[in-house]
Amino acid sequence: MSKILEPAHAGTLESSDVFVRVVPSEQNGIEIELESSVSEIYGEAIELLIKETAEAMNIRNIRILVQDKGALDYVIKARVQTAILRAQGTVSPDWSVLS
Amino acid sequence: MSKTTKTKLRRSMLFVPGSNTGMVCNAFIYKPDTVMFDLEDSVALSEKDSARLMVFHALQHFTYQDIETAVRVNPLDTPFGILDLEAVIRGGVDIVRLPKTDTVQDVLDMEREIERIEKEIGTTKKTMLLAAIESALGVVNAVEIARSSSRMMGIALGAEDFVRDLHTQRTKEGGELMAARNQILLAARAAKIGAFDSIFSDIKDKEGFMHEVAYVKSLGFDGKSLINPNQIPWLHKEFAPSTKNISWAIEVIEAAKDAELRGLGVVSLDGKMVDAPIIARAEWIMDLARASGVLGEQL
Repeated sequence: MSKILEPAHAGTLESSDVFVRVVPSEQNGIEIELESSVSEIYGEAIELLIKETAEAMNIRNIRILVQDKGALDYVIKARVQTAILRAQGTVSPDWSVLS
Repeated sequence: MSKTTKTKLRRSMLFVPGSNTGMVCNAFIYKPDTVMFDLEDSVALSEKDSARLMVFHALQHFTYQDIETAVRVNPLDTPFGILDLEAVIRGGVDIVRLPKTDTVQDVLDMEREIERIEKEIGTTKKTMLLAAIESALGVVNAVEIARSSSRMMGIALGAEDFVRDLHTQRTKEGGELMAARNQILLAARAAKIGAFDSIFSDIKDKEGFMHEVAYVKSLGFDGKSLINPNQIPWLHKEFAPSTKNISWAIEVIEAAKDAELRGLGVVSLDGKMVDAPIIARAEWIMDLARASGVLGEQL
């Protein structure tokens, strides 16, 4: 199981992008706070994508705060992964869990 | 048909900063011949990691499966170069653009790492190389660089760094680039690979851009790197063959087909011999005409 020890962020608030902040958490599982103009329709799908992205990186406890500006799925994935890698201090990632 | 081969048409190679999410997501819409994601000079040091991951995912997205992709990676002597390569080869890029290629060794070092990664992931894909020549040393070594790898599909002039190296600056007349352009073109043609011109950075100067495109096309360049999608239709228009050229090409190809049917090696058209180089030239004009949208599909 991987842990993050530091808060970190990735992305921007520009259109088509997403701003992701990750914060260490001890035991509450993967907590997601999502702000998105499309959350009524796609909110559940976006949250599932974020959860699966974190789980694939073997993260079990984390708070992920997301401000979505209409990002495509792969943009959300890339930003969540970048924020987690930054929080872990990982420079050379395991690419097999990032696909 | 495969979206990429060594000899495909590459009139327009659009640079897309890997850190610009909007551009990464939308560049395919503008239909350049090649989308060239950038991880090098257009990306701030603090965003190298995020741009790398963004491009890694974009390369795998369905919107980039029918268009040729290239990525300009950071040099291997920086902390980012090898990480960029790991990401883009695993992402399935078609072409790696080597920045600041000064010597054959730069190509061989990059080739060795690409081969290692391809082997590790078990792909049968053979990633191509495009060497950007951006220094006096690179221009002097252009012939050897062009012939240094079977993966090399072309060499390109990187004019902004080149003029800095020459202790001068770019002008509209382009005299400062004359020697480099000629040397790069000759080296590319001797190695039977593509030759690509540098960006034209004043995106508001359409007239200056068109003038430069006409000039490099007349020299023999296959295409040009671009930094703004608006420049794509301008460039494609300039590269479109004339009606007269198309008529000539159709006649040549028909004469060649007729000669083949009759078992003749060569044929004459309007009193001039039509042989293999002439036929190849005619087919190239027809390829350009189809890509430029000035022909129907039936041709």
